[in-house]
Amino acid sequence: MATGIRDKVVILGMGCSKFGERWDRNAEDLMVEAFEECAKDAGIGREQIEAAWFGTAIEEQHVGKSGVPLAMTLRLPYIPVTRVENYCATGTEAFRGAVYAVASGAVDIALALGVEKLKDTGYGGLPQRGRGGLNNMFWANISAPGSFAQLAAAYRAKHRVDAKDLKRAMAHISVKSHDNGSLNPKAHLRNRITEDDVINAPMIADPLGLYDCCGVSDGSACAIVTTPDIARGLGKKDLVGVKAVQLAVSNGQEVQFGEWDGSYFATTRVAAKRAYQEAGIDDPRKRISLFDVHDCFSVTELVTMEDLGISQEGKAIGDVLDGFYDASGKIPCQIDGGLKCFGHPIGASGLRMIYEMYLQLNGRAGERQRPDPVLGMTHNLGGFPSQNVSAITIVGRYGA
Amino acid sequence: MANEFGILSYGAYLPRRRLQRKVVAAANGWFAPGLRGLAKGERAMANWDEDSVTMAVEAARDCLGGLAPAGLEQLILASTTHPYDDRQNAAIVANALHLGSALRVLDVTGSQRAGTSALISALSGGGKSLVAAAEHRLAKAASPQELHYGDGAAALLVGSGTPIARMIGAHSETVDFVHQFRSSDRPHDYAWEERWIRDEGYMKLVPAALAALFKSTGVAPAAVTHFCLPCTLPRVVPGVAKRAGIAETAVRDNLAAVCGDTGAAHALVMLAQALAQAQPGDLIAVAAFGQGCDALLFEVTPAIGALPPRSGVDGALARRKEETNYLRFLAFNDHLALERGMRAEADKGTPLTTLYRNRDMITGLVGGRCRNCGTLQFPRGRYCVNPQCNGLDTQEAHPFSDTPAKVMSYTADVLTYSADPPAYYGMVEFDAGGRMMADFTDIDEGKVEVGMTMRMMFRIKEHDTARGFVRYFWKAAPA
Repeated sequence: MATGIRDKVVILGMGCSKFGERWDRNAEDLMVEAFEECAKDAGIGREQIEAAWFGTAIEEQHVGKSGVPLAMTLRLPYIPVTRVENYCATGTEAFRGAVYAVASGAVDIALALGVEKLKDTGYGGLPQRGRGGLNNMFWANISAPGSFAQLAAAYRAKHRVDAKDLKRAMAHISVKSHDNGSLNPKAHLRNRITEDDVINAPMIADPLGLYDCCGVSDGSACAIVTTPDIARGLGKKDLVGVKAVQLAVSNGQEVQFGEWDGSYFATTRVAAKRAYQEAGIDDPRKRISLFDVHDCFSVTELVTMEDLGISQEGKAIGDVLDGFYDASGKIPCQIDGGLKCFGHPIGASGLRMIYEMYLQLNGRAGERQRPDPVLGMTHNLGGFPSQNVSAITIVGRYGA
Repeated sequence: MANEFGILSYGAYLPRRRLQRKVVAAANGWFAPGLRGLAKGERAMANWDEDSVTMAVEAARDCLGGLAPAGLEQLILASTTHPYDDRQNAAIVANALHLGSALRVLDVTGSQRAGTSALISALSGGGKSLVAAAEHRLAKAASPQELHYGDGAAALLVGSGTPIARMIGAHSETVDFVHQFRSSDRPHDYAWEERWIRDEGYMKLVPAALAALFKSTGVAPAAVTHFCLPCTLPRVVPGVAKRAGIAETAVRDNLAAVCGDTGAAHALVMLAQALAQAQPGDLIAVAAFGQGCDALLFEVTPAIGALPPRSGVDGALARRKEETNYLRFLAFNDHLALERGMRAEADKGTPLTTLYRNRDMITGLVGGRCRNCGTLQFPRGRYCVNPQCNGLDTQEAHPFSDTPAKVMSYTADVLTYSADPPAYYGMVEFDAGGRMMADFTDIDEGKVEVGMTMRMMFRIKEHDTARGFVRYFWKAAPA
């Protein structure tokens, strides 16, 4: 009977490029930027990496297909490199591959790297791309904001929430993330905004305005993982252990079957439950120190906090407005600025979330540092509320 | 009267937007001040996602009332604005209507009387036929045609049974009188002087055809109770009626004020409206002009009273939204070089292999019904979507197009490319079960709510402008 990966693998090092509109850099430059920080932090050379997972989502608009771009860019010594793509959960998927490789005993040290160069596509938002031959013929003309905006309509209908009350809670979420991002030197967006700015911003997909949408950025993040014994052998103390990595992928029930009501993420609920079980966490609202969730849109964050079992169903608005998730609140969410302000280079985002948890657990988060965090949880979602990939990672003090 | 031959049913469709002629005249006044005299009333204007095929489908659905007629042998589609020159337009309509493959289909075109000629052909043939006529008419900016024309469709089911109207007779005159023309490489019509068209065309050719009709049928012209003659020229129709001996009171309104002239479809549109208002025993004369004249005479039967209610022309006229933005009309008809943005550049190529394999799903909105658990699902999959079932190959074909649906979630999206932003779409749940994420159409700003009832409509999903292919699918519209 499988027991999961709790503390079988630790993070040896991590790195993250500056996110943003990196007009003067290629995707390859960003990969090197993240990898250099990561390798130095891990204290190893590339020859010690035995396998790598490379995450990028819209490869046709920057590095191209396969594992080759990673191996070429980092000059990896003929090791297995697997390229992964799983919508916006691509970064966590790359991390999962590396963690599983170490946990299985197949390799001692593995690399996960994610990258995206969205600002070479020419689009303000995410680029328009095909969905597959048959899907193109019948999928609605959905954009990312348009698909997530529907959460708001269904959530309001289900919980009988006034549109203005929901919009105000969504505004609070974005204001909080901008406050947090302003303290993060690697964040894409570092300006502070007000709730009025959010509420009065131009509409993108009703009810999501410009400030309800996350940054579209260039960036790369990476992790080197190994076993606790090897990490100690390399002189590491205060290890950050991987407590859980879980994915849940839609199988059509939401978009085709009659149960789902459109107001939540069925996948996230399943993945969260499995992650808590894998990590041995009974009461997450008491035990988790920090969250970085997939706040592609403000409403996504609001709904997700219920799906993770932190706010009660229908009650997230109260927690948000009470400041429960603010930097000074009970459990800060998006302490690094989140997708909203750190930015969202798709393939890198899942790893960027883990990077912040890693910094916080090591007491290296600068002005953003929270006192004494023990467990950090990341939630990385790809696709649309009606059909998606939900990826959850819990990291924390080794042995905790 | 059982097993008589004639018209069994009728239907009509007009697009919802009605372009206000005064805004067209005002916008073009600097260039064509003469249009001021035409600046009255409104014309039906196709939405950006409508063409002759989609409007024909809607008129046919209105005519058939959700049931594919047993024993249908033929579908004829008449239009001078068929979207395809080589791909049977009627075959698309047949697929959307689930008429099956054992069917004769025919595209009729080439004249303003294509609709009546198709009807005469069907009524002469003997078998059961569905005749649909539709037009999406293009006209140059600042032309009188732009104001005269309208977009719309009508459909008639003819055959043996209990007809609501039986054909007493028909007569056609064919004369190469060129009042207007459009060659195959031109988008717009070219017309000659109106006074000549009136005096030498309508006033001579139509009375001659009617005279031959009355002579051959032995019916006195004065007995006609409804006279349908499409014509946009002033005072012509009463003049023709008088010359033909038809009472002035029988002359039917040609819908110029509320719809415009729907070209090859218009005689059938007028006939459909006449049928909706007729009493048993009424005599309906229909004439259509264009390189001669078709003339038809019908007698309405008592069965008209038993025909189930339908939208018809009057229902379509009531489903109305005023359009006062002339630029939108120009844009919908591709008369404006709009900056459509990078999102409009995406390749919209259709793999024809994929379309063929999935034609029932895409053109017919056919999904599945699980034989084991009854779950309705769209699209159909090899495994049932019900997690308690997941049966393999247990689904039989289930059409969703005629099932009402309710909005579950929605948005108005200004980011994604739409020819008429914002793009409305959302999840809809069919009343009988099953759901899908669907594009919405014919939405008024701010008028969508969770729980609102929608009706599926066959529309253009995308234009593949690189290859000239029209991609059709179904969208949800307010019921």
